[in-house]
Amino acid sequence: MSTNSQKYRNSFLKEVEANVEEGEWVKMCMQCGVCAGSCPLGKHWDHPPQEIFMMIRAGKREEVLTSDSMWMCTSCYNCIARCPRGLPITHIMHGLATYAKRLGLAPKNQPTQGFSQLFWDNLMKKGRVNELKMGLSMYFKDGFAQGVKNAMANQKLGQNMMKAKRMNAMEIMGGHGVKSPGDLAKIIKKAQEIEDGKIQDFS
Amino acid sequence: MAEEKKMAGFVCTGCGIGERLDAGQLETTATRDGKMNTCVQHDMLCSKEGVQVIRDTIDNDGATHVMIAACSRRAKVEAFNFPEVAMTRANLREGVIWVRPDTDENKETTQEMADDYIRMACAEAKFSTKPSKSGEQELNKTIMVVGGGITGMTAAMEAAAAGYPVQLIEKSGALGGRIAEYYKVLPTRSPYATPQESSIAEMAAAIEADDKITVHLNSTLAQTSGAPGRFSVDVATESGSTSNFTCGAIAQATGFTPFDANKLPEFGYDKSADVVTNHELEALAKAANGGPIKRPSDGKEITSVAFVQNAGQCSDEENKLAYFSGVTDLVSIKQAMYFKELNGDCDTTILFNNLRTPGAAGEDFYRAGQEAMVLFSKGIVSEVVPGDSLTVKFKDMILNEDAEMDCDLVVLAVGMEPNSGPDPYYATEGAGAPQEGEELTDEEKEERAAAANEVSVDSILNLDYRQGTDLPQLKYGFNDSHFICFPYETRRTGIYAAGPVRRPMDIQQARDDAAGATMKAIQAAENAGKGMAAHPRAGDLSYPSFRKEGCTQCKRCTVECPFGAINEDEKRYPLFNEARCRRCGTCMGACPVRVISFENYSIDTVGQQIKNVEIPEEWDEKPRILVLACENDAYPALDQAAMNGVEINPWARVIPVRCLGSVSLSWITDSLNNGYDGIVLMGCQRGEDYQCHFVRGSAMAAERMSKVGDTLQTLNLEPERVVVHEVAITDIERAPKLINDMAETIEKIGMSPFKF
Repeated sequence: MSTNSQKYRNSFLKEVEANVEEGEWVKMCMQCGVCAGSCPLGKHWDHPPQEIFMMIRAGKREEVLTSDSMWMCTSCYNCIARCPRGLPITHIMHGLATYAKRLGLAPKNQPTQGFSQLFWDNLMKKGRVNELKMGLSMYFKDGFAQGVKNAMANQKLGQNMMKAKRMNAMEIMGGHGVKSPGDLAKIIKKAQEIEDGKIQDFS
Repeated sequence: MAEEKKMAGFVCTGCGIGERLDAGQLETTATRDGKMNTCVQHDMLCSKEGVQVIRDTIDNDGATHVMIAACSRRAKVEAFNFPEVAMTRANLREGVIWVRPDTDENKETTQEMADDYIRMACAEAKFSTKPSKSGEQELNKTIMVVGGGITGMTAAMEAAAAGYPVQLIEKSGALGGRIAEYYKVLPTRSPYATPQESSIAEMAAAIEADDKITVHLNSTLAQTSGAPGRFSVDVATESGSTSNFTCGAIAQATGFTPFDANKLPEFGYDKSADVVTNHELEALAKAANGGPIKRPSDGKEITSVAFVQNAGQCSDEENKLAYFSGVTDLVSIKQAMYFKELNGDCDTTILFNNLRTPGAAGEDFYRAGQEAMVLFSKGIVSEVVPGDSLTVKFKDMILNEDAEMDCDLVVLAVGMEPNSGPDPYYATEGAGAPQEGEELTDEEKEERAAAANEVSVDSILNLDYRQGTDLPQLKYGFNDSHFICFPYETRRTGIYAAGPVRRPMDIQQARDDAAGATMKAIQAAENAGKGMAAHPRAGDLSYPSFRKEGCTQCKRCTVECPFGAINEDEKRYPLFNEARCRRCGTCMGACPVRVISFENYSIDTVGQQIKNVEIPEEWDEKPRILVLACENDAYPALDQAAMNGVEINPWARVIPVRCLGSVSLSWITDSLNNGYDGIVLMGCQRGEDYQCHFVRGSAMAAERMSKVGDTLQTLNLEPERVVVHEVAITDIERAPKLINDMAETIEKIGMSPFKF
């Protein structure tokens, strides 16, 4: 818990401004609540964006960064389209999620986060997403028995995708990729270095 | 008038009047019944040739009274402008042909209507005299400005720039008022991003250098007597010396006082030196002299500050302000920016419920505050706990939870209270007045009056008026004015209020206000010099006088005049002050012995119109409905209805009155005795959100008419025969309907038995 001397002060707001993508917009929120009312998945969020912004101002660092709310965002952009102050709310939500994960504060077993990790790992291997492996790893993420069940349930879908040449069984052998995966890894590494260098320490 | 009356009638046959009506008969009516010496027809009386016909009659034939039967008295006023004679108008166009269907079966009643209006206009002319100025005062161009703050200084400079000498009265030892104590003020120019320096010093220097402006510092008004055009002012200085000057009109710019934060014990203002009001913070910022702002208790540099918005305002609790002062949210943003400017990395938190940032700077300045990292939180503060570090307890309205925060300094955004003098009508109309349905015993009335004396403040103007020393108030101490139509106008003619004494406002608004009020003051001084009325009868030369022999010294006129125009002379007779008068006639309606009259508006000018309507015999089954319509709203609404072709019942005879407040009960009694079947009175809305152009006239009329029931009872008549309606200028459909409703009522209850 934050102490009284941090509440409703600028400490966490400054951290968000420094370390969260588009975080400098948070201070411009005027608390009208249009974003909260516009979100199609709003009722599944513990804290709609309006509240998240207020919690940031209230100095509720832990509560914000451990929240699963910003992971619920499906990037429909309704809030951005409607925000009268022009805040890039969708991007701020993704920025907050990313920052929470970087700090290791993101909630464990959060499905969106799990999917994102699988997707990233899959992509990083060859520089292209291997749909078959991606699908399988999703099916089997909750164990072998559940994986078989999932595969059986979606059998028809899989067959149709193969017929339409949207998926290739041979991909299991390794699959397609970019010409030079090593160079891609270097690019990513450099980008991560730059990003890490920008992060300020607020702990 | 001693000279012989020569009456000339003119009947216009244009605009379809000639086709719809028998003009020859109208002419006969005017000469035979109306006793016009001459009467001529013209097919377009408002044309150049038509006007020349009238002009020739006046110039060559020496006509002293002119009756023009054409359109409504509100139409063609430029053409029919003959100030050298007494003139009346018979409304044949809007009043008759446009409100009646053009069919054969209606021809007879339409002609009767027109004949009656001619008789009425002739009777009115006969009993009118040409209005001329009283000569009570000459042009006095001097404008007195009371208050040397930003509003008063602006007013003085505006008047001087227009070429009018100014006497500027300031209670303190220097010009500048509250703003002189401010560190900075709200930005007045794009991009509205940072607080700016005030222009007080330059303005003070300009006033000093202006030889049209005489500044009286350390001065108060010992007495203000007279009237517009001849105000005589005694100025008392702190040192005890007095001086006197005269002026033509007055602008009162006495400003405001911040709400007393001692009335807010929950915020610990009395317990901690580190809880300050927004006004005290200005002094702290100024004292910092460009360095960091320091805490009052221990001189520590402030690193965090919380602003409590709406402290003691927008409240329904007793002893707090019920209204919002408009500017205090912007002020807190401005002050938060002081800390960003002077105190380095200082946290500033604004705890608001409804953040309102009106005006030109408004939204841009709010954003600028956010850009500067001022933290805004929607929270309602319940308590400030004093201590080395202050703890602010509040309810976070977004997160819906109780919250608290610590800070070095708490700023209370308190509201503005007007610097008004005592309300002359505190116990009768103001806050101490009996509520609706409340009957007070004499004892209770005395108690209230005593309480009023206790809460009352020092007088500002010290008017030598029978009805109190200062401007009457409407609510919360702000002075009364007709807010929609005449915002600067007060209930004391020639005295105009400007700035926060009128309503809470910011500097820019106050300066605009000052310019507006100054223009009105100049206009009032000029009008007074010409003997003309101020609004809404601007330019009217008529003024009330009374027949001394008949006066019973009942004082009703002096009490009921909404503008305090009437004093008492040494023999206790009413003393009319022409230049203070708005010519509403409320005194005339008040007078029980009917001795008050205007040259062209009197008990007789209306009474004779009523008497000259032909009342058909009972078996003719043609009722007569008298409509007394306020010329400000109801009569224009009827005119407009006529333009729209809305039908009005043929039994109606409409007489415009200056205000319902001028309606004498004798008109009602006379018309009932003469056999009228119904009476419809149309005035403006009364009450707290009144629309009455003379403020109290409509309310007075309602009060007087509430007693008309007794008259009806003694005559053994049904109470439905007399109705009072509130009519707005927009009631174009409703106003005619109210008349037609009366016709239906008469059909139900039958004709009046008083026909003979």
